[in-house]
Amino acid sequence: MKVEVSKGISEIKFGLLSPDEIRKMSAVKVITPDTYDDDGFPIEKGLMDPAMGVIEPGMKCKTCGGKVDQCPGHFGHIELAMPVLHIGFIKEIYSILGSTCSNCGRIKLTDDRINEYKKKIEEVKNKLHDIDYDDIVSDAESEASDVVICPHCHFENKKISLDKPTTFREEGKKLTPKEIRERFEKIPDDDLILLGMDPLVARPEWMILTVFPVPPVNVRPTITLETGERSEDDLTHKLVDVIRINQRLRENRDQGSPQLIIEDLWDLLQYHITTYFDNQTPGTPPARHRSGRSLKTLVQRLKGKEGRFRSNLSGKRVNFSARTVISPEPFLSINQVGVPVRAARELTVTETVTEHNMERMKEMIRRGPGNDDPAVYYPGVNYVYRRDGSRIKVSEKNAKDVAEKIEVGWQVERQLQDGDIVLFNRQPSLHRMSMMAHEVKVLPYRTFRFNLAVCTPYNADFDGDEMNLHVLQSQEARAEAEILMKVQENFLSPRFGGPIMGAIHDHITALFLLTYRNPLIPVDMGMHILSYVDIKEMPPVVEEDGKRYYHGRDIFSTILPEGVNIEFKGKLNDKNLDPEGTEGIVKIENSKLINGAIDENAIGQSKGVLLDYVIRKFGNARGAVFLNDLTRLAAGTISYIGFSTGIDDEDVPHEAKMQLREVGKDSVSKVEKLIENYRNGLIGPEPGKTLEDTLESMIMKVLSQAREKSSEIASHYLGMENSTVIMARSGARANMMNLAQMAGIIGQQSIRGQRQHRGYTNRTLPHFKKGDIGAYARGFVTSSYKEGLNPTEYFFHATGGREGLVDTAVRTSRSGYMQRRLINALEDLKVSEERKVLDTEDSVIQMIYGEDATDPSRSFAGESVDIDYIVKETFGKKYGGVKK
Amino acid sequence: MAKFNILLHEMVPEHILVPVEEEGKLLEELGISKNQLPKIRKSDPVIKALEKISGDIEPGRIVKIVRKSRTSGIATIYRMVIGE
Repeated sequence: MKVEVSKGISEIKFGLLSPDEIRKMSAVKVITPDTYDDDGFPIEKGLMDPAMGVIEPGMKCKTCGGKVDQCPGHFGHIELAMPVLHIGFIKEIYSILGSTCSNCGRIKLTDDRINEYKKKIEEVKNKLHDIDYDDIVSDAESEASDVVICPHCHFENKKISLDKPTTFREEGKKLTPKEIRERFEKIPDDDLILLGMDPLVARPEWMILTVFPVPPVNVRPTITLETGERSEDDLTHKLVDVIRINQRLRENRDQGSPQLIIEDLWDLLQYHITTYFDNQTPGTPPARHRSGRSLKTLVQRLKGKEGRFRSNLSGKRVNFSARTVISPEPFLSINQVGVPVRAARELTVTETVTEHNMERMKEMIRRGPGNDDPAVYYPGVNYVYRRDGSRIKVSEKNAKDVAEKIEVGWQVERQLQDGDIVLFNRQPSLHRMSMMAHEVKVLPYRTFRFNLAVCTPYNADFDGDEMNLHVLQSQEARAEAEILMKVQENFLSPRFGGPIMGAIHDHITALFLLTYRNPLIPVDMGMHILSYVDIKEMPPVVEEDGKRYYHGRDIFSTILPEGVNIEFKGKLNDKNLDPEGTEGIVKIENSKLINGAIDENAIGQSKGVLLDYVIRKFGNARGAVFLNDLTRLAAGTISYIGFSTGIDDEDVPHEAKMQLREVGKDSVSKVEKLIENYRNGLIGPEPGKTLEDTLESMIMKVLSQAREKSSEIASHYLGMENSTVIMARSGARANMMNLAQMAGIIGQQSIRGQRQHRGYTNRTLPHFKKGDIGAYARGFVTSSYKEGLNPTEYFFHATGGREGLVDTAVRTSRSGYMQRRLINALEDLKVSEERKVLDTEDSVIQMIYGEDATDPSRSFAGESVDIDYIVKETFGKKYGGVKK
Repeated sequence: MAKFNILLHEMVPEHILVPVEEEGKLLEELGISKNQLPKIRKSDPVIKALEKISGDIEPGRIVKIVRKSRTSGIATIYRMVIGE
């Protein structure tokens, strides 16, 4: 590949097209508003004149002689009968009209002021000031527009107003575009610089069109439907309107028709030209298609999400990419991605043939493009390029011949093979971990697959999610991706400085079951579990009652790296849950788990203390191995033990049911009592609250206590033999509150943090008496999910649930827009070598990055240094405190 | 409303006018030119309050701002006064 160095751009200058320029660049003067004749040939001097370019293959351009892919297209032009304002310059026209003298054309400033402004502009050009040229122009214009008597000719200027969108009035009298143009022609070149124009490239009168450019046909191609019907582009439709009205205007003017008719036609021409540029001008009804759809004209082509900029320039479609459904694969490393054979055969990497890879290339070419269902996958070749760039398609038939022909310097488009580096991405790409580099592993079937620990950064699940994959094409790209974007390089999140990936759901359940109360695992079962991981040494065997066992914690210890010494608190660190202290405090000495159960706090995503420790102490690569082993060991364990949950996990004994019912009744009567007291005037207002608010908050307090009590009862009767409790306690999924809601009392349903109170007059539902503000009437649910809700409870539950749905819908759209604005504001900032944060003009945004020069992803939970760890590692156990 | 000195308000960070003689040395230390500094308007209430103490502050002067920072405890930044 040849690398071309383009010329640097030092300045971009925008100017206006003068009528002469429009005529000069025009290939044809368009006079007929028709496109094709009855035989389907373009009409001469019509809107589809072949001089404006070709759109049909096989035709030649009348202007340049090029074919479809060679001819760039050529402009034509329309001579307007009367001048018309350009809608894009209305603001400029208005301010120039206001700031210049209608008699002599000079800017309404004294010569002294003009010179002062000119001097300032000169200084800005030499970068002596920190102000924009535009600001000086608007200052000068606003100063001049306040002047009434022209300092040059002493003419008394009248006030000019703008009747949106395109009518200018001078003290009520309409100014025609023609008059405006005549005034602008009088403005001397020397004054233009104060009006923000460079006379070399723009004159104010050019903002009023006398000649109208007709874009090349390439810009507005005719579409031929399958039925053979032809359909013109929206722009062509609009141009037809312009020409038609222009013709009528000319005829009427030449015949000397009444002024009224001419003015009407003139306004109509102005309307068509305005909508040709922008069909959404405020104050102008949009031009419509026969079907009622509004036309997509020039501005609509560029503007907005579907416009040229955001859709085609900032967001391009790419080659070497694939998209399909994702599914989990616990046997893949977190750094890998499973690619289906069908995708691998289509995706290619271009390699250049050298003396050294000649044999390998020949072998691959000999395989040809291959089939989609091979017993073993080997990469083939789809295309080969000769040194002159010409392409040979490799097929089953010619594969052997092509293989013999290749020479050094040829390029081979080789299919994907195991170990290739690719980028993997899931939308919405909200943070940098949404796009990470993986190693390819080609697999059968049709989905992309990856390790479950990687779900978190992508925020992926497998209910039908699809993801994109991009194959890197250059050695530099691959190197960069491997160093910066590989999954293992993104363990530690730049958001909070901890591991963003980690064990989830069943991984946590499995390893919790393996280590909770240090169970004895029969040797055969232990062997099965350990066969999932690659370990150096088997755990010690313990004999009991003549049978051979492994300890669960010893099995877990086999996947720890050498030299792990750590002590931290697990989720079970609570007197009630762990009276003997054998589960809550996790202690690992010399890579042996000697105390505690492994749970979310040890290996979970973003919380896993042990995971964090391993990644920091042993590096990303070892961290990846640890997480791989972790997920495999978990898969092995839980698939052998088996683990399931169902609604009968929430069965509680009869006495518990009675207690729960009592709690419900109790709190309802307590609320009744409060209301009675309130009615009897026994409750006084709390500071800062009305009497009603005080009552309300007291009721809320009672009802939330009810839920807590029900939670307590439920957890008392649901013990660690229960699957749901295991999940809740280990942190795999759900919490005790969820369980209490299933087994006991659902509790208060609220809207905006308040008890439900809206609905009918003085009541929430017709099922209640007017003025009832008791617990049931305001959305307190005493049923459980398991029992089921009664109709009023069900209704309140639905309204409360809807609030959550509406909130998330509103939040995502709003935060998405906020993020877009933030990104647009910050995207060009860079960190300099001295760690200053600078923008594109090298202005300082932060004196030092983050004010502490710390990269959060290399920090310890936001702190630059983890002092506890250093003390412990340096001075040994004696000084090692338990971490916070 | 009673007038008070905004510089003494707990939510207003410390603003210190850098003496003209020290500017050169400071910029050299920071390794930047004056124009690269963040800006503060002469019309900013803090600058007006400083002017009451030390007289008119010309655009181009440098103000040192010492404020609390969530990341580093205390952060020192500099701003150049600009017109208006």
